[in-house]
Amino acid sequence: MSTIESLPTGHAHDHHDASYLTPKGGFWTTIIDWATTVDHKKIGVMYLVAILVMFFLGGVAALAVRMELFAPTAFEAGGVIKNQVLTGDGLAGGYQNYNRVMTLHGLIMVFLVIVPSVPASLGNFLLPLMIGAKDVAFPRLNLASWYIYLFGSMFAILAVLLGGVDTGWTFYTPYSTTTDAEYWRVVWMVLGAFILGFSSIFTGLNFVVTVHKLRAPGMGWFDMPLFVWGIYGAAVIQVLATPVVGITLLLMIFERLFRVGVFDPALGGDPVLFQHFFWFYSHPVVYVMILPGMAIMSELIAVFSRKKIFGYRAVAFSSLAIAGISFIVWGHHLFTSQGPVGAAVFSALTFLVAIPSAVKVFNWIATLYKGSIDLKTPMLYALSFLFLFSIGGLTGIYLGALSVDLQLHDTYFIVAHFHYVMMGGTIIAFVGGIHMWWPKMFGRMYNEFWARIGWAFVFVGFNVTFFPQFIMGSQGMPRRYADYVDEFTIYHVISTVGSWLLLVGFLIHLFVFLHSLVAGKKAPPNPWGALTLEWTHTGPTPIEHNFHHEPVVTHGPYDYDDVPPPQTRPGEFPMPDPLPEGAERH
Amino acid sequence: MSTISTDSGHGGPAQDERPYHEQYHAAHHFRNRDHEFDAVKMGVWLFLATEILLFSGMFCAYAVFRMLHPEAFINGSHYLDVEYGLINTLVLLLSSYTVAAGVRCAQVGDLRGLKRNILITLVCGVAFLAIKGIFEYGPKAMQGKLPGVFFSYPNAHDPNEPLWWGVYWVATGIHASHVIVGIGLFIWLYLRANKKHFGPRHYTAVEGVGLYWHIVDIVWIFLFPMLYLIH
Ligand code: HEM
Ligand SMILES: [Cu+2]
Repeated sequence: MSTIESLPTGHAHDHHDASYLTPKGGFWTTIIDWATTVDHKKIGVMYLVAILVMFFLGGVAALAVRMELFAPTAFEAGGVIKNQVLTGDGLAGGYQNYNRVMTLHGLIMVFLVIVPSVPASLGNFLLPLMIGAKDVAFPRLNLASWYIYLFGSMFAILAVLLGGVDTGWTFYTPYSTTTDAEYWRVVWMVLGAFILGFSSIFTGLNFVVTVHKLRAPGMGWFDMPLFVWGIYGAAVIQVLATPVVGITLLLMIFERLFRVGVFDPALGGDPVLFQHFFWFYSHPVVYVMILPGMAIMSELIAVFSRKKIFGYRAVAFSSLAIAGISFIVWGHHLFTSQGPVGAAVFSALTFLVAIPSAVKVFNWIATLYKGSIDLKTPMLYALSFLFLFSIGGLTGIYLGALSVDLQLHDTYFIVAHFHYVMMGGTIIAFVGGIHMWWPKMFGRMYNEFWARIGWAFVFVGFNVTFFPQFIMGSQGMPRRYADYVDEFTIYHVISTVGSWLLLVGFLIHLFVFLHSLVAGKKAPPNPWGALTLEWTHTGPTPIEHNFHHEPVVTHGPYDYDDVPPPQTRPGEFPMPDPLPEGAERH
Repeated sequence: MSTISTDSGHGGPAQDERPYHEQYHAAHHFRNRDHEFDAVKMGVWLFLATEILLFSGMFCAYAVFRMLHPEAFINGSHYLDVEYGLINTLVLLLSSYTVAAGVRCAQVGDLRGLKRNILITLVCGVAFLAIKGIFEYGPKAMQGKLPGVFFSYPNAHDPNEPLWWGVYWVATGIHASHVIVGIGLFIWLYLRANKKHFGPRHYTAVEGVGLYWHIVDIVWIFLFPMLYLIH
């Protein structure tokens, strides 16, 4: 149970020893090499860069939204408008511009950042490495999905350049099909989302087949790192839910262009049908967002507490349970627009989905117990996830309770809830994961001290920004409004100040990363003493075909008590004292 | 996946005279040909699952609107010509048979049979579109039996008929676009078969496109009774 061997693969290969990052030639050759690469690692890195750029753009929009809400609009004598940051044609024009910026923020963050974030970047990079494969099952499809992502983003950008849409990221009909008609802006935007769906489907499909068919010898389903399980669960949802939003958005485009009438009550259509279709996708997709975050969590927690993950199978199966249950709870987004019976049923089903999420959280906490915890930046992010996701998940239960939700629906309480899960969950785990795998991706260490400072700003800033939103939401502050009554001012001010702290935190991270690329210390192959294949079987950065030989797996991914981590200096990661005869470790 | 891996060791620089499908090894990240075939087939099945889900959204919309406006839908189906629908159903069934026969031909190495079957399937696909376009879409459009606000048929019995036509055009239109994609795929297969790319040891693409075509066929098997037959 304690050695790792390598078997030669069937046919001899030339040994490409160079790191996958080694340029293939001059500047243009390298550019063309990257643009046409089918190497999952390069595609993962390109996705990472694109997603971080989009995160920045979405963040700028968010800061603008918060600036607008810093103070309620006021009037001076003579009808002069004061305190309107996002101005426009008169008061209403300013409000409309607010709606556009807010919509832009939501659309970018959901469709261009969080949905692809972890799977397309870290997932692409790590999944084949972790299961000992040379690539994903369909490398060219992978490259295609990257270009489709760019292509879809272009339509979204086009819609913005033409003036932007103000429908909210949910595109509710008939509003989205009857307003803002110039230049077909809504059509471009929805077309962009439709195309991005294909990118998502292709990535998911690729991952599912890769996990099923390309595992290295010796790697059974329950020898896979939990990261792979989480990504797998998300990939299944991506494949099965995205087509439904595909047809929905397609119908919407037809509705807009040809007025087919399916969602337009004036033509006999049914706008609530749109809501059902939309949430049939968009609830499962919130688990496409969170499962990869949870996937990262399992690795961070195990590696940085040097303990076998508690309840491996429970964590693995809860990924599948989440994937399954997520398909039957969509109705909780339209408690107010469906009959009472349906609402009650969906309310009951909604509680179910919290169970597997909680199973994961408890298992992580149990893993921490008596572990040798190392508070490196990735671990700080993992602990933040535990704290923030618990708040987000528990408030989800409040909202799932029918009678409570009727009060809280469409208030800032919702906004706070989903930011605690999406940002406090997925983004926090994502940032932690980027830190953990940074050395593997780029072969250099980051500056631990400054990364921790950055974390402190992000963690504090996040809570300062979003906690007040729970309070004002519970007091009735509605969401998606550019203005508010004076009573809410204090909460909005705190929230806006928090957004600045977040900005500072992320800028620090940005500089830490840039500094590492330019002047970071060279990374050893296994800086954290981890036991998964990407650390044990590759150099500081992997070679082009990942492994010289197909690895053969002989121990579990979390056997820290039994296996001295390969590729580390002796004594760097001390083993626990041997147990007395017959005793068991927990 | 259609390239021959040159670094696979056997053969060497000497000109290899064997046909493509015998030389073909597998893409570098698969262990061998069977491994690759398995993976591709699973990928195709997953893709077909997404196709089914895409259409089930449409079927779901049909069910909802039928419940909301039963008269418009009963009335609407009377406007459709069952004969043309039936002929097209038979055309597609025939093509499903020939595509399956084509896979069989590839497996036993009968390249001429493979090409013949691909060609018949291709012709069936074109015939389907021609019949649909000339005898159904064309006249309907002329009479103003169009979706939503474009509806201008003067003798409508039910105020919600424009919606029925919306469902009809969108559902059959999306299906027709799948037929067009299928025709493109069969042209591609034919060209490759012409270059002797397929044989008993390598017919992954034929199998994959065949599966796709069956789904296109099955969707029509559902659309036909839903739109034409249920009164
Ligand atoms: C513990 C499990 C969860 C439960 C029980 C839950 C429950 C709910 C409920 C009932 C609503 C609807 C509230 C309303 O609009 O009145 C809601 C909204 C929302 N949730 Fe959750 N949730 C959970 C986890 C998550 C996760 C993990 C994410 C994303 C990563 C998420 C993202 C969202 C979003 C984006 C919305 C608002 C959508 C919108 O209207 O714009 N939720 N949640
Ligand atoms: Cu939901």
